[in-house]
Amino acid sequence: MNDALLVVRQVRYENRWFWRNPPAAFFTFVFPLIFLVLFNVIFGNNEIEVPGGTTNESTFYVPAIAALSVVTACYTNIAMTLCYTRDDGVLKRIRGTPLPIWAYVTARVLHAVLVGMLLVVIVVAFGRAFYDVTIPSNTMAAFVITVIVGSAAFSMLGLAVTTVIPNAEAAPAIVNFTILPLFFISDVFINLEDPPAWLDTLANVFPVVHFSKAMQTAFNPFESGAGFEPAHLAVIAAWGVAAFIVAIRRFSWEPRT
Amino acid sequence: MTQPAIVATGLRKSYGPVQAVRGIDLEVRTGEVFALLGPNGAGKTTIVEILEGYRQRDAGDVHVLGHDPARHDRALRERVGIVLQSTSLSQYLTVEETIEQYRGYYAHPRPVGEILDVVGLAEQRDTRANRLSGGQQRRLDVAVGLAGDPELLFLDEPTTGFDPAARRNAWELITNLKALGKTVLLTTHYMDEAEHLADRVAIVVHGEIVAQGAPRDLAKGEHAAVVRFALPQSAPALPQALAGAPSANGLVQIETEQPTRLLHQLTSWAVEHQLDLESLTVSRASLEETYLRLTRDAERQAAEVAPPEAGSRRRRGRRR
Repeated sequence: MNDALLVVRQVRYENRWFWRNPPAAFFTFVFPLIFLVLFNVIFGNNEIEVPGGTTNESTFYVPAIAALSVVTACYTNIAMTLCYTRDDGVLKRIRGTPLPIWAYVTARVLHAVLVGMLLVVIVVAFGRAFYDVTIPSNTMAAFVITVIVGSAAFSMLGLAVTTVIPNAEAAPAIVNFTILPLFFISDVFINLEDPPAWLDTLANVFPVVHFSKAMQTAFNPFESGAGFEPAHLAVIAAWGVAAFIVAIRRFSWEPRT
Repeated sequence: MTQPAIVATGLRKSYGPVQAVRGIDLEVRTGEVFALLGPNGAGKTTIVEILEGYRQRDAGDVHVLGHDPARHDRALRERVGIVLQSTSLSQYLTVEETIEQYRGYYAHPRPVGEILDVVGLAEQRDTRANRLSGGQQRRLDVAVGLAGDPELLFLDEPTTGFDPAARRNAWELITNLKALGKTVLLTTHYMDEAEHLADRVAIVVHGEIVAQGAPRDLAKGEHAAVVRFALPQSAPALPQALAGAPSANGLVQIETEQPTRLLHQLTSWAVEHQLDLESLTVSRASLEETYLRLTRDAERQAAEVAPPEAGSRRRRGRRR
């Protein structure tokens, strides 16, 4: 049978599975909006300096929370659900059928990316409707491409991290440990205007800050060019490629303990 | 004569220092129900998982429907159905959706209606998996194993944890599969199950096959029958010909090759002494007795050969 067709069909199964658990689906979508609203309530009226002018924090938080949406939908979600399906024996069962395990995992990734993109659309639309954020048209291509690169890279990182998670019980702790601190130091939760140098250096090692900065540039209303950040995109892509290699080499269809 | 469905020779597998499978030979004929019996940790699941392609063997030759399962060929997976020990299906999909999903993975799936009939879930077609009883969920597992209309079905402990009625239903299901011409390899630790379902069985102890054959033939290795009864306190000693061993529950137990003759002697003696023998039963030699004797012997041997801790060592996590 045609493998591409199998993957497409599997994405549909994934989608059905996702919506059949309405509380989980609901909170996946509400979670970023809660952050968007909260941060706007707390910091929304502050003026911030962006390259080319001054605007308020809402213009910072829409791309920041859009970045957070992509990271949680891809990285967090893939890592957690894959650990659960691994522990439940679903991966083992799939491995006993003609469906190649890569097709199953690809479908899981594609579905996560679709959810991530839908979240981005919702966050941006929400920002436009309630916070008067302008959606820049000249940087739209950069914005879309940044989202695509970020989704792909963070999906691969989600796959890679499962190789160090021993079992599903440990998954939330490990996944949150790896990602929550980065949200604080990577211009996602807080717009760090003058961080200590070491913190800045540390944050720059990881991909999250590069993703949020690339998203900011692509969303800057004063940006006159296309809004691409090739250096940041390269770091994100490098992390994605490294993660892909780890995932391919160390992927396991059964729990590690 | 068609080719055997499964042929394994000299199969070996170790986990670290623990030898889980120590050189077994196995042949499962096409169209038969074959049962692997043995205590927990004997190596049944390891054997089955090697045949299923989940584990790599250390040594030996294995052919499953003519393929080497270690190569994990897709062509083989098209023809084999696997029902694992623990159920692992989405709780939120209906019975039909679940079966449809797995049918989608095969080039030549079996029609949903037929699968539902074989496993007896036709009425639960639109029920979500989380609303099924334990027995029904297990049937759904089997249904998913049948999605690709396999020639060979692996059933790992299909009825563990079932109540007696659910077990009977499961047996009926396996009988149905045999009627469809499927080859079934099942593992179980219920002797009555093997006796009822299997054409042939192999008893696995400490990673070795200690006996193999039709359940009836294996049982025949024992005495033909066992007579048990309670001897009243006041009774005189039993004559030499009727001497038996006391059994665990205080009954006298006599093993015999000629139950008719023995019963005649026993009851004559009892009538003569005006005794009433309570709880008198005659039971045919069963697979269970053979099994218990063989596993007991093997445990003893293992204890003699190896230091005690090795004898009691269990294979690492059976669900790994």
